[in-house]
Amino acid sequence: MPAFQRLIRHPWSLGLLGILTVLLLWWITTASGSVNKLFLPSPQAVWLAGQQQWTSGLLLKDALASIQRVFIGFAMSAGLALPVGIAMGTSPVICRLLEPLMGLIRYMPAPAFIPLLIIYFGLDELPKVLLIFIGTFFFNTLMIMDSVKFVPRELMETARTLGGRTLPILVKVVAPFIAPQVLDTYRINMASAWNLVIVAELVAATEGLGKRISLAQRFLRTDEIFMGLIVIGLIGLLIDLGFRAVMRRACAWAN
Amino acid sequence: MHLQIADVSKTFGYGARAKQVLRNVSFAVHSGEFVALVGSSGSGKSTVMRLIAGLEQPSAGTISMDGRPITAPGSDRGMVFQKYSLYPWLTAAENVAFGMELQGRPRQEIRERTGYFLEVVGLADAARRLPRELSGGMQQRVAIARALAAEPQVLLLDEPFGALDIQIRESMQEFLHTLWQRTGLTALLITHDLEEALLLAGTVHIMAPSPGRIVRSVRVDLDRSSLAKLRLSRPFLDLREELAADLRGLEPALAA
Repeated sequence: MPAFQRLIRHPWSLGLLGILTVLLLWWITTASGSVNKLFLPSPQAVWLAGQQQWTSGLLLKDALASIQRVFIGFAMSAGLALPVGIAMGTSPVICRLLEPLMGLIRYMPAPAFIPLLIIYFGLDELPKVLLIFIGTFFFNTLMIMDSVKFVPRELMETARTLGGRTLPILVKVVAPFIAPQVLDTYRINMASAWNLVIVAELVAATEGLGKRISLAQRFLRTDEIFMGLIVIGLIGLLIDLGFRAVMRRACAWAN
Repeated sequence: MHLQIADVSKTFGYGARAKQVLRNVSFAVHSGEFVALVGSSGSGKSTVMRLIAGLEQPSAGTISMDGRPITAPGSDRGMVFQKYSLYPWLTAAENVAFGMELQGRPRQEIRERTGYFLEVVGLADAARRLPRELSGGMQQRVAIARALAAEPQVLLLDEPFGALDIQIRESMQEFLHTLWQRTGLTALLITHDLEEALLLAGTVHIMAPSPGRIVRSVRVDLDRSSLAKLRLSRPFLDLREELAADLRGLEPALAA
């Protein structure tokens, strides 16, 4: 059965099988009626809750609100981490100056900054965006710094013997060399950004996927909680795949 | 062009950890010459190269080019490393153009010179390929083309064929010899391979380790019309054996 073998060998087949298995187990468990549906709603109920929120426009509004926060906060973090990380990776002085500080702040749990951020900036967008920034900036920076340290010495020295000075070398040698690792760093830390936006919305927000989940809890709507979780997971997965696609196209040389 | 290395010493580290890697090294390279430094690992030959390139500074002595002391890297001294020196995200042609772009040459000139030097190293067909799609020998030829395209006064070759298979090495030696004859370039070759040095260089300096120093300098006046014949000719083999005995005598572990 070559068709079957080809199906098995397809890189996505087994992953899909894993997801379908869990879905099936979920369906069987709820259909058998052995678990109170308040605790475990059926897949159909979750789907219905999703449909309801979609037609009312709530789902899209919430998703856009959360995506916007993640996007702004992470763009700030990624944009600033790139020059700082490169500076730390290339200059021992800057590295020794900043690394202990960043190593310290990195281990402070970002959600613990929420009370301070609320005191400073109230309940608007700014504290949520800043939370994402605080929670990802230091990881982004330190990981970019590390990638710079792996730029082969020969590549930099060749540029110097060809007449290159510091800035052109950073732009034309260091930046392209670390591009794949930087994209990968962003992809990995994007997951933290999604965690943090939901945490921020659970604490204080008027809209957003996290807010919807905390409202659903108040009314014991576990179907809506499940729906929210699944949507968050799906958006995260899409962003992850997006980063991978960009990396495949832009950094074909590194594959 | 006159490259002068005068009484150069180099010490790495300070105090109790200080290690002298070069002691009183002196030699010169003139326009159109092909000079080789031969020595085992630890003889400091790569350090000599890095000092001339300006990547390191001598602890004592001076290195000067046409009377001006060398203080930093510059495009008047092109360097070819043993390996890993092509930019993996650039095609062969873009790698060759890289130095000229750093120099800010006009686009038209860069394009023409890139084509010309790819032709010179016999890789016009590989212009659009990425380094990982090229063999080791082809990669080194691109690196040589890149160095030459930046118009250096002297080409510094640091074990350029050290990472290649023996057969490819031999063809690359032929290639470098022909290139030298055709373009009249000035070259300083670092190698641990005595045969390679004697085949290619008009002057060979033998270096000894701990601390690195030149122990013998030989002028090699042999008929180089065919390297293949030269490899097997009596005077070549005699000279090689004589110098190899010298080199063996320098190894403390083997001399006992």
